[in-house]
Amino acid sequence: MTSARDITRAVNPPRAAFLDFPLGHTTGKPHEPDLQRRILVEALSSFDTMTTPGSMKELPFRWSEDEEWKSKAFAEGDERTPRHDTPQYQDEGDRRRAEKRDSPSCPVCRS
Amino acid sequence: MGPVDYIPRIRDNYARLGYKSYNWVVNADTPPWAPLRKPLSQCRLGLAASGGIYVAGQVAFHFKDDTSLREIPTDVDTKELRATHFAYDLSDARTDPNVVFPIDTLRRLVREGFLGGLATRFHTFMGGIYSSRRVTEDLAPRLTARFLEDGVDAVLLVPV
Repeated sequence: MTSARDITRAVNPPRAAFLDFPLGHTTGKPHEPDLQRRILVEALSSFDTMTTPGSMKELPFRWSEDEEWKSKAFAEGDERTPRHDTPQYQDEGDRRRAEKRDSPSCPVCRS
Repeated sequence: MGPVDYIPRIRDNYARLGYKSYNWVVNADTPPWAPLRKPLSQCRLGLAASGGIYVAGQVAFHFKDDTSLREIPTDVDTKELRATHFAYDLSDARTDPNVVFPIDTLRRLVREGFLGGLATRFHTFMGGIYSSRRVTEDLAPRLTARFLEDGVDAVLLVPV
């Protein structure tokens, strides 16, 4: 799956399905399970239908009629979070739960 | 309106900020091809996603070229999933992880018989690893080894 068509064209994977949605929504809109399902059915069907290496299927879904999001899709400047090298938890409760477990020996915590 | 062209926008933005230009991965050769040997309704699917998804209780990702993997049991309670990342807007992923980690969607497709089944675990990491060498030589081989262990017939890759 991809929402960045030009980046995926450059990487050139064997099969790709392009969803023209804002980044952070590669497999659908939040809280719209039926749309999420239709998107994945269309994308996964490529396994059965694609025969040429490097193909990209354009999925038939639009984020919005006016596609206004595209004009704001890439802000100038650098809005990324500083690249801390310590774990960045979604909330403090997660940190406490992770630290309570014996993390270094926890088989699913580290690769 | 056509798709957003991210490469030129990011290149221009980096130049304005005075950053060194980014070396995009470009693969000109024809990619390898492995045909699916049975219908999807008989396939076991694996998944790898780069949106920084972890399960509450696991150590979260950090933001500096983190090449570690988390394994997410495919019977996980969706409410226990978390998202952390330094480079995309997390607000939707945090209220519905299915936008970058389609766990409920895939479980539904198995119930409906569209897919044969899922691996017992999915794999997540945090993208934005700016060294393509570390991805090629370190992360990708570890992921591949896990998929072989998992005995999957096909894998869905969900970048952000």
